[in-house]
Amino acid sequence: MKETTIPVKTEGRRVPDTRESGKTLKPVVDIFETAEGLTVVADLPGVQKENVQIQIENEVLTIKATPKSKLSLEPIYQEFKLYPYFRQFQLSDRVDQEKIKAEMKNGVLVIQLPKKEEAKPKQITVNVS
Amino acid sequence: MRRWWNTIQELELLRREMDDLFHVLDEGWLDMPSLEYSFLPGVSAQTYPLVNIAEDKENVYVEALAPGIDPETLEVSVLNNTVKIAGEKSAVKDVKPEAFHRNERGAGRFIRTLSLPVEVNADKVKAEYKDGVLLLTLPKAESAKPKQIAISVS
Repeated sequence: MKETTIPVKTEGRRVPDTRESGKTLKPVVDIFETAEGLTVVADLPGVQKENVQIQIENEVLTIKATPKSKLSLEPIYQEFKLYPYFRQFQLSDRVDQEKIKAEMKNGVLVIQLPKKEEAKPKQITVNVS
Repeated sequence: MRRWWNTIQELELLRREMDDLFHVLDEGWLDMPSLEYSFLPGVSAQTYPLVNIAEDKENVYVEALAPGIDPETLEVSVLNNTVKIAGEKSAVKDVKPEAFHRNERGAGRFIRTLSLPVEVNADKVKAEYKDGVLLLTLPKAESAKPKQIAISVS
């Protein structure tokens, strides 16, 4: 799985924006492969479920999220500032884009990207004669 | 052997507390732009969780960024003006190391001790964990609250 950081120009098909205007934060992610497909786990602290946007356009997965501070006052001591989260990944064509599922819990976003049937590993029985 | 280890741990704790103290004293450090981004908990994060602190007349508020913590492992304890936040961020389960394409999220146990500028009423501290953010509401002790003094004009 490749991450798109530089705008890619591809002839014949439109590539979604790979830049976001304004200041954004790049969330840290875990990406791992299972038998069914890929799982993307992203830390998005301070983000409510409603404020997550996941888009798939031309095989580019875009994660956008807006966090909200729980403090109503200006901090007197500050170690972090919250900005919208933004990160994109290039998906392979073996991902079944229709069956992508996402779940948000305790500030962690989990996206399941199932493989297409033809891309799943097949068990072949070896006959020993 | 065990006793030696304890001594080292004690020293480490002391060192961390001193570091925190210098952070608070040095006001200029907030202007460094890199810190705006460095809060994201990664493998190399040294201070975890990162906090913002606010106050009004009644309370001190501590907001800590700690996504993906099992709420049952979260522990908050208060003594005088010291707050201790401890917990465990569990790693993704049942994944073989070779199955990872990216592994940027850190995991493990953490403890952070904060010294607040005022004494707080430990019995009435409220802690709320939502959306990966821990919010502590610490009511100030009576002795620490500001007193309004009426001025009589004659």
